[in-house]
Amino acid sequence: MDNSSLHTALSRIYPPDRLLTNPAQLTPYESDALTSFRARPKAVVIATSQSEVIQTVRLCHQLGVPFVARGSGTSLSGGSLPCADGLVIALNRLNRIIRLDPHERLAVVEPGVVNLEVSRAAAPFGLYFAPDPSSQPVCTIGGNLAFNSGGAHCLKYGMTSNHVLALKVVLPDGEVIELGSESLESTGPDLVGLFVGSEGLFGIALEVTLRLIPKPEAYKTVLAAYRSLGKAGDTVAQIVACGLLPGAIEIMDNLAIQAAEAAVQAGYPLDAQGLLVVELDGETRIVEAEFEQLMEVIHASGAYAVHVARDEADRQRIWKGRKSAFSAVGRLSPDYIVQDGVVPRSRLGEALVEIQRLSAAYDLRVANVFHAGDGNLHPLILFDGRQSGALERAEQLAGEILHLCVRFGGSITGEHGIGMEKRNFLPVMFSEADLQVMQALHRAIDPDQIANRGKMFPA
Amino acid sequence: MPLENVTVTRYNEIQEVIRSSSRLAPRGAGSKTALQTTLSSVTTLNVSDLRGVLAYQPQEFTFTALAGTPLAEIERLLAENGQYLPFDPPLVGRGATLGGTVAAGLSGPGRYRYGGIRDFILGLRFIDGHGKVVRAGGKVVKNAAGFDLPKLMVGSLGRLGVMLELTFKVFPLPPSYGTLRSEFQALSAALDAMLHLGRLPLDIAALELIPHANGAALYIRLAGDQQILPSRLNRLRAILGLKDDEILAGQTEHDFWQEQKEFTWIEAAHTLVKVPVTPRRVVALDKQLAAHGAARRYSAGANLAWVAWPGDSSTLDHMLEEQGLSALAVLGANGQVRLGRQVGAAFEARVKQALDPAGKWLAL
Ligand SMILES: Cc1cc2nc3c(=O)[nH]c(=O)nc-3n(C[C@H](O)[C@H](O)[C@H](O)COP(=O)(O)OP(=O)(O)OC[C@H]3O[C@@H](n4cnc5c(N)ncnc54)[C@H](O)[C@@H]3O)c2cc1C
Repeated sequence: MDNSSLHTALSRIYPPDRLLTNPAQLTPYESDALTSFRARPKAVVIATSQSEVIQTVRLCHQLGVPFVARGSGTSLSGGSLPCADGLVIALNRLNRIIRLDPHERLAVVEPGVVNLEVSRAAAPFGLYFAPDPSSQPVCTIGGNLAFNSGGAHCLKYGMTSNHVLALKVVLPDGEVIELGSESLESTGPDLVGLFVGSEGLFGIALEVTLRLIPKPEAYKTVLAAYRSLGKAGDTVAQIVACGLLPGAIEIMDNLAIQAAEAAVQAGYPLDAQGLLVVELDGETRIVEAEFEQLMEVIHASGAYAVHVARDEADRQRIWKGRKSAFSAVGRLSPDYIVQDGVVPRSRLGEALVEIQRLSAAYDLRVANVFHAGDGNLHPLILFDGRQSGALERAEQLAGEILHLCVRFGGSITGEHGIGMEKRNFLPVMFSEADLQVMQALHRAIDPDQIANRGKMFPA
Repeated sequence: MPLENVTVTRYNEIQEVIRSSSRLAPRGAGSKTALQTTLSSVTTLNVSDLRGVLAYQPQEFTFTALAGTPLAEIERLLAENGQYLPFDPPLVGRGATLGGTVAAGLSGPGRYRYGGIRDFILGLRFIDGHGKVVRAGGKVVKNAAGFDLPKLMVGSLGRLGVMLELTFKVFPLPPSYGTLRSEFQALSAALDAMLHLGRLPLDIAALELIPHANGAALYIRLAGDQQILPSRLNRLRAILGLKDDEILAGQTEHDFWQEQKEFTWIEAAHTLVKVPVTPRRVVALDKQLAAHGAARRYSAGANLAWVAWPGDSSTLDHMLEEQGLSALAVLGANGQVRLGRQVGAAFEARVKQALDPAGKWLAL
């Protein structure tokens, strides 16, 4: 397929300002938030209507050109990395909220709508969209859907998948289909469930029906500081054991605390080795009763400092620190890798000790931020890319952490997906037979493998 | 009658049966009578001997059990440890198994609060149409590796493979429950009250509507600390401005919800049909159902109609098709299983082709 005929065909769909082909225009699209992977696509098209996306996919199918859908490019696993011989279909301007129905508590949106915009639009009705990745001020619903993104409040409210009701999709061969309905219930195999988390390999979502839920009446957000990370971890087990179901349970280690403080002055105690953030949410009476129970546990847990958010502004400040932790680590190190793995909650302590051991062995600093309630680790591996071999060592360390997660009975990704980064780790978690079934599904839906080619499965 | 009934306990025996049969249908306890096959050309693969909990650590909020394990056994074990399956699996009293409930894709009243069975399944092991044992998903509460096959199996009716082991997420069991029942003179008024409640920041465990000749009854279930339940129930009353209401507590309360989960309100000769709906469509649907003499109850905040269909299912099939609704027959004589409009049928066909190219698993 020569470039000029592709270009000619695309220019029939897109005006020049939305068809990018020269190198300077393409550079911003060469990678996502995992910047160690880069590839220059043949072209980037900026779609503003569903029909443009459909026409483009049909064209790609006809010409055998691979395409990659792109929301805001915040993927941390190389999910929106372009194919060097392909097209990037940018969706961040396909961003209309088509319908918001407060009675039936749903929103029908286009995929380029930013996560937080959904909650913002729902706020006047006392509703919100529960999945809250830290990147929510920028990441799109399309990206959330592709990765089944999570956030701090997954334990109680689930991931993106638990909040998607229906989809309109253009399959890689250009067929447009609908899946699901506006009801919470369905009959037949859960096809919406299968599509969510398919990492762009099953085609492009054009319209997404999201479930909205009432914003909790009350929150109680508690910060507890510990002299050891292990103590913070033990407290999680105790909270869970007493039958509480907090909205969020997060832990940060000292390095992450330092970084967050430097970046946003969240008021975290700088000398803590482990900082626990626990948030209760729900009906006021319930939260009050649970708060007493929680504080009993916390006071007996050996925390040397405890702070309860005074008001909404204070609560937001606490969360801002936690949610900016990834980018804040950039202040401590020129380069870093954000890792994402899961271990059974009861083995968090062991996993952290093991990560510390690996950190020492590799002589690389590792900052830890994690969704402790879910056993979802986010080790941030700090390195200096200017030193030769540093990136390779950091990647090796990241790989060892993934092996550790699988050894402990967990997963190689809790929410950031496989993408490009972890495709060679999928066989660590799944057998040949397991992979064959997934690949058979992939082939049945995209026989030519033009949608997000090269992702998820081992090279 | 099926030609051959095989009860198998070992995976390799199951694989053998799959390899040597051309048409298969898995069967658990047989509690969902409408989903049984009577075709003589089909081998029924009875997996009710595949039972037992394989792993359960309460602090992990997860368990793994064999697919044929009766839910009663699982619920008992969880309750002993202060936990439960928040989606209130139905038909437990009739012997429903874990695998059968996944295959049928059924959730009870509790699905209103935290989600349905699809939201709690984490992983599984199954045998596909090639006879291969396949694992998918994970055993931890969070996992995003690979395609979400566990969710795909929800509602798959055994046509994508036979499930062997399943891993689920569980939650802490509420210490107590209380229910407010309120009578409305019209179904639409009860629906309005329900929609109003649904938008308020209240922790409502279940919300169900039962229409009757003189209107409808709305049941609002609260869960949590016993001490604060009375004040929470009173608050509900005040919000709704209720006069004509009643509070159900203790055994009476338990029995009511038990009846909802077990469908004891359905006449044996009728077919129990699950119809996903949205609150807005309930009034029109209800009128038609009433005209056909069908008893019905609305569950999960009117996201689900449970219909006791008295006659031939083809009439219902046409009626639902016209309204753009889909449905599943659950209890009753074997007839048409999937009714009304099938969304995503072409996509489903591709999935079926991938997992079962020879078409060994009977399409219900
Ligand atoms: C600072 C920071 C914090 C983060 N925090 C979290 C967190 O807390 N939790 C979490 O889960 N993730 C987090 N992430 C990761 C990332 O933000 C999420 O994966 C997010 O969902 C990606 O959205 P996006 O719009 O940027 O998608 P992109 O990166 O543009 O794309 C991601 C994938 O989605 C596909 N895609 C995009 N649109 C569509 C569509 N319409 N149809 C089909 N496929 C599509 C792409 O092809 C690609 O494979 C974080 C990232 C950063 C940089």
